Amino acid sequence: MNAVHRTTGEKLFDAANVVLLVLLAFVTLYPFYNILITSLNDPADAARGGITFWPRVLSFENYKMVLQDESLINAFVVTVLRTIAGTATAVLFTAAFSYGVSKPELLGRKLFLILAIITMYFSGGLIPQYLLIAQYLHLKGSFLAYILPNLFSVFNALIMITFFRGIPKEMEESAKVDGAHELTIFWRLVLPVSKPVLATIALYNAVFHWNSWFDAMLYGGESLRTLQQILMQIISSNSNVSLMASNLGMKAVTAESVKLATMVITTLPIVFSYPFLQKYFVKGIMIGSVKG
Amino acid sequence: MDNLTMAAKPGTSGGTARSQFGKRLWAQRYLMILTLPAVIWLIIFHYVPMYGIIIAFEEYNPVQGFTFSPWVGLANFKELFIDPSFLDSVVNTFKISFLKLLFGFPAPILLAIMLNELRAQRLKKIVQSLSYLPYFISWVFVVGFMYTLLDPRTGALSGLLQWLGLISQEQLLMGDPKTFTTLVVVSEVWKNIGWNSIIFLAAIASIDPQLYEAATVDGAGRFRKIWHVTLPAIKPTVVILLILNVGGLVNANFDQLFLMKNSMTQDQANVLSIYSYEMGLVLGRFSYGTAVGLFQSVVAFLLMLGANYSSRKITNESLF
Repeated sequence: MNAVHRTTGEKLFDAANVVLLVLLAFVTLYPFYNILITSLNDPADAARGGITFWPRVLSFENYKMVLQDESLINAFVVTVLRTIAGTATAVLFTAAFSYGVSKPELLGRKLFLILAIITMYFSGGLIPQYLLIAQYLHLKGSFLAYILPNLFSVFNALIMITFFRGIPKEMEESAKVDGAHELTIFWRLVLPVSKPVLATIALYNAVFHWNSWFDAMLYGGESLRTLQQILMQIISSNSNVSLMASNLGMKAVTAESVKLATMVITTLPIVFSYPFLQKYFVKGIMIGSVKG
Repeated sequence: MDNLTMAAKPGTSGGTARSQFGKRLWAQRYLMILTLPAVIWLIIFHYVPMYGIIIAFEEYNPVQGFTFSPWVGLANFKELFIDPSFLDSVVNTFKISFLKLLFGFPAPILLAIMLNELRAQRLKKIVQSLSYLPYFISWVFVVGFMYTLLDPRTGALSGLLQWLGLISQEQLLMGDPKTFTTLVVVSEVWKNIGWNSIIFLAAIASIDPQLYEAATVDGAGRFRKIWHVTLPAIKPTVVILLILNVGGLVNANFDQLFLMKNSMTQDQANVLSIYSYEMGLVLGRFSYGTAVGLFQSVVAFLLMLGANYSSRKITNESLF
């Protein structure tokens, strides 16, 4: 666009545009910032309110309290394990299918694809899925209830198929001449050159597992609670405390401290890794939308 | 293995054809090893539950399972349509979804256009990357900070609103049936505006710069260029996303409402997906809950077909 002559109206438009977008950036970031500074404030002092831009009485009391909590530490371990195991298995499982159907010569290729795509529009819904996992597969109380139902995603498969189709045929053919079969080619050749798309899908999966709480509530049981589930339980019990009695007793102060520190701990990994990861997220949705 | 036989062309049952098929299959055995596990997974984790919908017409009990539970026909649906809580949940679902569509759908389009009009490229990049962040944060966190920011005594946002005179000193926004739906819509927009703008930004980026140059030669200002070049160019994207969104009108985000509801606002938060969950999994009325879920899926599908049809008639753009 040429910037030679701007009318007054256009200058006003540009100024308003900048102001509004900066405001949007502020509104996006402020909740995170507010939670962080309040969590770093002395809990009894924070209950007085008025903490807006910086902590009034700096204190790590909230974190000390939370980090002694064994159920939280257990939840941290469970969440890390499910994120690692769930991501690795889902990426591999989805990639294997996607590589197979990216080959035009595969028998039944169309049928497999249709079977997959139908599930994007129709689903059994919550209750039949629950009955399958809890009563037919008996996965209640098992760590596998976090892994198996999330092994595959049609949306992610479509992104991968688009990527695999773009890999030059010559590479695979020369490997075939050397006597390699598809399993070797997939593992040694295709996966290594597909790092960008694998990273994208891995990130989608990792965020999903890290943020999950509902399946943990349905299938997990006491020892398999996840971080977000614990946070959810704290928030819902807090909401009732603060709704019932607005004169905050010591109990409510403690509950709020635990909530704030837990919120920071559960969200920090995503916020901190975000600057490095966000380009992959966007890449993924672009590949996906080109196809659609 | 039935799938594979089905995939063979009909009329090729001669001996040589069959052995040829066998040969081709054998040649692809490693590809099949890669592909079939996910096909089996799809059948178990998607098609078995789809079959399980049948229990909406039964009185499900765990011992007899999906297939052998006693058949009751439309009894669950007959009960459904005179159940006041269900009818409430239908109204709430449409109310919340419609408001989300009304405000949440144009917002990312507006953001994409504003970002595109920004001259400072650095600022554009920073705002853009920041705006995606909330999409990756769990609803648990979002609802958690809503309680903190909106606390009538200590919350920063409540403080601001009280200072502006918009709310009274003791107004408890998170526990007020009157403000519940507004908060649902605002938090939804906050969380998704950036992420949803990506697709419109991509559509805008693919516009031929010559169109803008030609408009400039014709003496068009910024607004006219937005109106006559940008908006028509992204129309197909807008229409397709609108169709998909209309299909989602009955899906009013379970996570968000489940987490936002409390003892004061549960009537407002009672939407179809929540009602299905509460009937089916909290009260253990599996068949009744499934009937609610089936109602929701059928309406979603009909809405999508309807939106697709009218869009094809009106704008010549359609999803299928």
